Amino acid sequence: MSKCYIKGIASITAQPTTVEDQFLEEIISYQESIFRASDPNYKEFIKPAAMRRMSKAVKMGVTASQMALKQANIEQPDAIITGTGMGCRQDSEKFLEKILYDDEQYLTPTLFIQSTHNTVGGQIALGLKCKAYNVTYVQSAVSFESAIIDAQLMLDEQPNSNIMVGGIDEIAKTSSRFHILNGDVKKEEIHNLELLSSTTTGTIASEGATFMVIGNEDTTNNIAEIVDVEIKYSASVEEIKKDILEFIARNDLEITAIDAIVLGNNGDHSFDHYYQELQQTLFKDTEQLYYKHLIGEYHTASAFAYWIGTKIFEYKNVPDVLRLNDKKSQEHKNILIYNHYRGENHSIALLRKC
Amino acid sequence: MSKGIAITGMGIISSIGNTVAENLSSLRAAKPGITRLDLIETRHRDAIMVGEIKKSNAELETQIGLAKDNNLSRTSMLGIIAAREAIVQASIDDIDAYRTGFISGTSVGGMDMTERYYTTYQESPEFRKYIATQHAGATTGDIARHLGIRGYVTTISTACSSAANAIMLGARMIKAGKLDRVIVGGTDGMSKFTINGFGTLMILSDEACTPFDENRKGLNLGEAAAYIVLESDKIVKKENKKVLGYVSGWANANDAFHQTASSAEGEGAYLAMKEALDIAEITPDAIDYVNVHGTATPNNDMSEGTAMLRIFGKENIPVFSSTKAFTGHTLAAAASVEAVFSLLSLQENMVFPNLNFKTPIEALDMTPQTTCLEKELNVILSNSFGFGGNCSTLIFTKA
Repeated sequence: MSKCYIKGIASITAQPTTVEDQFLEEIISYQESIFRASDPNYKEFIKPAAMRRMSKAVKMGVTASQMALKQANIEQPDAIITGTGMGCRQDSEKFLEKILYDDEQYLTPTLFIQSTHNTVGGQIALGLKCKAYNVTYVQSAVSFESAIIDAQLMLDEQPNSNIMVGGIDEIAKTSSRFHILNGDVKKEEIHNLELLSSTTTGTIASEGATFMVIGNEDTTNNIAEIVDVEIKYSASVEEIKKDILEFIARNDLEITAIDAIVLGNNGDHSFDHYYQELQQTLFKDTEQLYYKHLIGEYHTASAFAYWIGTKIFEYKNVPDVLRLNDKKSQEHKNILIYNHYRGENHSIALLRKC
Repeated sequence: MSKGIAITGMGIISSIGNTVAENLSSLRAAKPGITRLDLIETRHRDAIMVGEIKKSNAELETQIGLAKDNNLSRTSMLGIIAAREAIVQASIDDIDAYRTGFISGTSVGGMDMTERYYTTYQESPEFRKYIATQHAGATTGDIARHLGIRGYVTTISTACSSAANAIMLGARMIKAGKLDRVIVGGTDGMSKFTINGFGTLMILSDEACTPFDENRKGLNLGEAAAYIVLESDKIVKKENKKVLGYVSGWANANDAFHQTASSAEGEGAYLAMKEALDIAEITPDAIDYVNVHGTATPNNDMSEGTAMLRIFGKENIPVFSSTKAFTGHTLAAAASVEAVFSLLSLQENMVFPNLNFKTPIEALDMTPQTTCLEKELNVILSNSFGFGGNCSTLIFTKA
């Protein structure tokens, strides 16, 4: 396999993660079970005329993609590969409500045009006038990882290319709240920083966009290497343990070589046992980190774990707000990421310092 | 010529048949599946013609053998039926015997259930089981669970080119040695959402669609699911599998012109066809037949035709036809429906007709094949384009 380096990465989340020269120094706390992303100044990246018609997902996606390109010092990517669990759900919801409440009358095309899952990828291509490969993955919690796997294939097929990979999901007024009704999101108000002391089912929901530019050239500007990524649709806790062991062995490592594991604990009493089992067994002596109490759960939330990994390499420091246990590594070279959503769509990834 | 990736199974359900055999018999008989809409209530019923599968959800549930309390969308059920047929044809009895993946394209996913129950969720707990079908990946999960595929499972949603990109990704995964076997294709059930969406774009015809005709009035929406099984050479050899054909070329390019419209010069389509020919290691003259995207919208056919003139040259346009007048435009499933049709064309040495055509588009002067044509076919090129500027081309070759 060709090498796969992160050359630039940017993340818009419910925390002020786009503020430069900071690594989670300032934390915003939330009291609700659904909360929105903390907006950067979109005007710096998008012309006002274009912005008027853009939904949040498009604004976040276009902005994060520009930030990542800038960091990578790349003007034109050789492919644009996005992942999104729900796509442009705000415009989809508005269009659907007009159909249902106005009896299929007085509809305009704009909302429909912007409702498709690949709107963000299409808009980025339009903005960059980029005619290259362009695909959108919509596989729940592995949407972003599916995009990385495609990019890895492409780096093998076309060496020396720079590929934009992104994950975007937005909250919509009504359809996001449906997940309170079906129990996916907690009914009660909850303080996000105390997420893991919750004993109820469901999680907290939010939105965000994480984009990175990856390539296989070995340059001094590379931030991290994505050594390997694997997705698995369904697995028991025991199967996941076995998969992770195989994954680590396949990459010629032992558990002791993992300097930190970034886990996707989301406070859902029914499903966090996947993470807890790993915390208590395979990785009991490993530094354990989590992040969904800060940025909420959404289908592409796991993309933020990649951002965290790159920041740890860059700052040589782990903010305490991320810690799940009191183990601390002196140095960080190999960071393992594991995530799933409601027991399905598992992903395992290994990041390595460049 | 590149040998490509072996195809060992195919399955389909569309408005012209519930199985591959039924689809073939409708194609040979030039018998379209375009009618008025019967299964969805909409005020547009008398203003559009559609390619609707005349089986109610209850009938589909019975056919599959689902429990009463299931929460499957129509998109999932159609997908299960088609994928199951593909697996049976590929003689797969132990899904775990090799590293097996599943890649599905869909545009609406479970929208049919969302639009049916959206206004009831607040009051009626009994329908809340459908909330989980809001995200498109749920559809793929339903089908994967039914097939027992638990490893690499993903969904592509690039509007009307979704299944082409799913087939392309599957071929690349096998080529790279990341999977031994993968079921690829797409599924989309009919929904009020898409009917109204395409309605606002004013591209739905009130008559049977007429691809590549000067007086074309727009497309007929359809619903379908189709999947093919791709297997590594190693499995084909070891198990002495019958190969139906090969996917030997693929490409995806972006028109980067407009969110929904195609550029006048067909730039994205041109780039996709050109690169697919390069991957297949062939020149344009090797193409025996083109199964065009041919939606019958003024914009698509003009843009695609222009791109074909650029690729092949006016004097050397291969035999071509759009099969959308049979099935309607089945959106995310279209490319896999047309992959199955292309494999049938290779198998039967027959070009299926472009129905309802009368007058060539003046600016193009291109005439599609309008009757069933018996002809030795070795290499077929198939186009699929979608919103977001997504243009994809696949090339299928004879086994």
